[in-house]
Amino acid sequence: MSTPAGKTGRSLRAETITLAHGAGGKAMRDLIADIFVSGFDNDTLSQLEDQARIDAAALLGEGGKLAMTTDSYVVAPLFFPGGDIGKLAVTGTVNDLAVGGATPKYLSCGMIIEEGMSVAELRRIVASMKATADAAGVQIVTGDTKVVPRGAADRLFINTAGIGVIPEGVDIATHRARPGDTILLNGFIGDHGAAIADARGELSLESNIETDCQPLNGLIQAMLEVCRDIHCMRDATRGGVATVLNEFAEASGTCMRIEEGQIPIRPEVRGLSEILGLDPLYLANEGKLVAIVPAGSVEALLEVMRAHPAGRHSACIGRVTEAPANTVILETGFGGERIVDMLVGEQLPRIC
Amino acid sequence: MKYVDEFRDPAKARSLVKEIEGLLERIPQADSRPLQLMEFCGGHTHTIFRYGIEQMLPGRIELVHGPGCPVCVLPMGRVDDCVALAERPDVIFTTFGDAMRVPGSKKSLLQAKAEGADVRMVYSPLDALGIARKNPDRQVIFFGLGFETTMPSTAMTVLQAEREGIENFSLFCNHITTVPTIKAILDSPDMQLDGFVAPGHVSMVVGEEPFRFVAETYHKPIVITGFEPLDILQSLWMLIRQLAEHRCEVENQYSRVVPAAGNPAGLDAIHKVFEPREFFEWRGLGSIDHSGVKMRDSYARFDAERRFSVPNLKIADPKSCQCGEVLKGVIRPWECKVFGRACTPETPLGALMVSSEGACAAYYNFGNLPELLARRDRKGDEGAAA
Repeated sequence: MSTPAGKTGRSLRAETITLAHGAGGKAMRDLIADIFVSGFDNDTLSQLEDQARIDAAALLGEGGKLAMTTDSYVVAPLFFPGGDIGKLAVTGTVNDLAVGGATPKYLSCGMIIEEGMSVAELRRIVASMKATADAAGVQIVTGDTKVVPRGAADRLFINTAGIGVIPEGVDIATHRARPGDTILLNGFIGDHGAAIADARGELSLESNIETDCQPLNGLIQAMLEVCRDIHCMRDATRGGVATVLNEFAEASGTCMRIEEGQIPIRPEVRGLSEILGLDPLYLANEGKLVAIVPAGSVEALLEVMRAHPAGRHSACIGRVTEAPANTVILETGFGGERIVDMLVGEQLPRIC
Repeated sequence: MKYVDEFRDPAKARSLVKEIEGLLERIPQADSRPLQLMEFCGGHTHTIFRYGIEQMLPGRIELVHGPGCPVCVLPMGRVDDCVALAERPDVIFTTFGDAMRVPGSKKSLLQAKAEGADVRMVYSPLDALGIARKNPDRQVIFFGLGFETTMPSTAMTVLQAEREGIENFSLFCNHITTVPTIKAILDSPDMQLDGFVAPGHVSMVVGEEPFRFVAETYHKPIVITGFEPLDILQSLWMLIRQLAEHRCEVENQYSRVVPAAGNPAGLDAIHKVFEPREFFEWRGLGSIDHSGVKMRDSYARFDAERRFSVPNLKIADPKSCQCGEVLKGVIRPWECKVFGRACTPETPLGALMVSSEGACAAYYNFGNLPELLARRDRKGDEGAAA
């Protein structure tokens, strides 16, 4: 496909973004054409209409329900080991659709840029979004750009919204956990939270922890193929696995009983958590899902999950029981038990 | 993980619990009233709850969670002083992370930060000194907080600032001391404790000697203890063995870290920079003689209290708080009238709800809240009926 920049010959020469790039004039047109339209590169976007036009019949032909979601990304720093804000902005929204059982289709992209942002970095981020969207099989079909004065934003904020289709017969909902169900997790917890803490450079620790940021729609599709009756599923982002389990327990009025020894965690992440006094159960993830499934499907599910690159270290981490209702209980590796509640505010490192 | 998993071995835990049960048979008194053992340090409280150690113990042992969480016992007036310092436009106020959420009478440092104060979280006082080096036109204040554990690093930082001639660095000193506080608890008339789990990291600095009075004057066994769950179980076993054998001694379970003489270089730095205050105000416990330190006159130029004016107002604890009784083991955290209702981790009224190391916050977060509240209400009804 010929890019609009190619068509019009417009390219952005500036090295930094200025307020002019958000003022609606030529500079903004060049920014959109050269960076976004050519970067995201698809037929719908390059029509340059005020709205993406999507073939309704083709979309609805695929299933029972439309799914729609939105999320904003304000991570600092913009680049971190294993990812960047762009990869995160696509992955996060794709995953929010996918954990509902939807096949993600189209994304929008709103960017709020602080003046002074480097154009080269913006290009890198857009390229990362495009690569992630391609990997997840979605298209970024509409967008918006604002440039704000220095200090009004922290370099770059991105909002993405997404549309997907939930096939007939799939009913994944937080209230559907039942006593006897099994709790599955698709791999190591806390990588993203630990990578960001480390990338902020306040710790001067030498580690090589990378974010786990990855689209989950491929994995989830494989899971639905062997078990259409997944009861609950969420991606464990902010607030970590502990928060998702509490949401399930409260919505379904059951108890989530998890075993510390079964929860996959990398030694580096455990080490960092030990040093800072953080609980990895609350650390953020960007490519981890928690699923509540009927006990009879566990073996088949674990087999397909472990065969998928996004689920190689999948594990069964616990089970759903009747009582105490609305509660998450951790059986500690030491032989005790404790309740895992929702976090109050942010996790802060302990003094000593 | 090496050097961690060895101290969390469930098989060893089970055999220790069994041995503790055996020893208890030799203490008939434990049948009529549970043995009350206090862990002084908030780090121990955290381990006990994190690993569910309390439920693993026989019912005849009751753990009393002491006041050793420096964040919890910080009085509201001192937090107000921090906020006043932080809100000065020329100041960068640096602090450990968990001190940011402690409520003052009007706001916490976290709220002051949200309103525009330059409050920065650091992991070490040396980081604060680094910020001072990089910002010569700003005043950088470090919020010195904690027991003897964190005192040496603060003292060393002041000495370093002196050596480098860094003029824009100062310390807001709120360091507190362990021994006078344990003494105050032991002197309290409603005290019922049978033994002490002594703080490991404090002992790493001060050594074994300062705790001798607990055994010799007050005839209570005391064991210096590490922070892994097996450390705590072993220390409880050592305490109960002392009780069974009618001994009262200072024992050191944490000898892999704590030398008998402590850390002489650290103590040197402390004595060089600090001297005892006449008294220090504790949230929940009130004023305790000699329980805090201030900077010596020779370091006055690094003393934020002397360099800037701070309001220094006393703010009384809310009357409904029963933190003092909880700290002394007179009532359990969930027996307090406001626990879990008016006083929660989101809106703490009392010291012990403030940090995750506080006993009440630990019960609130890790305990079965509805069951605890029901137990309290039942107890209240029985009391009313009687």
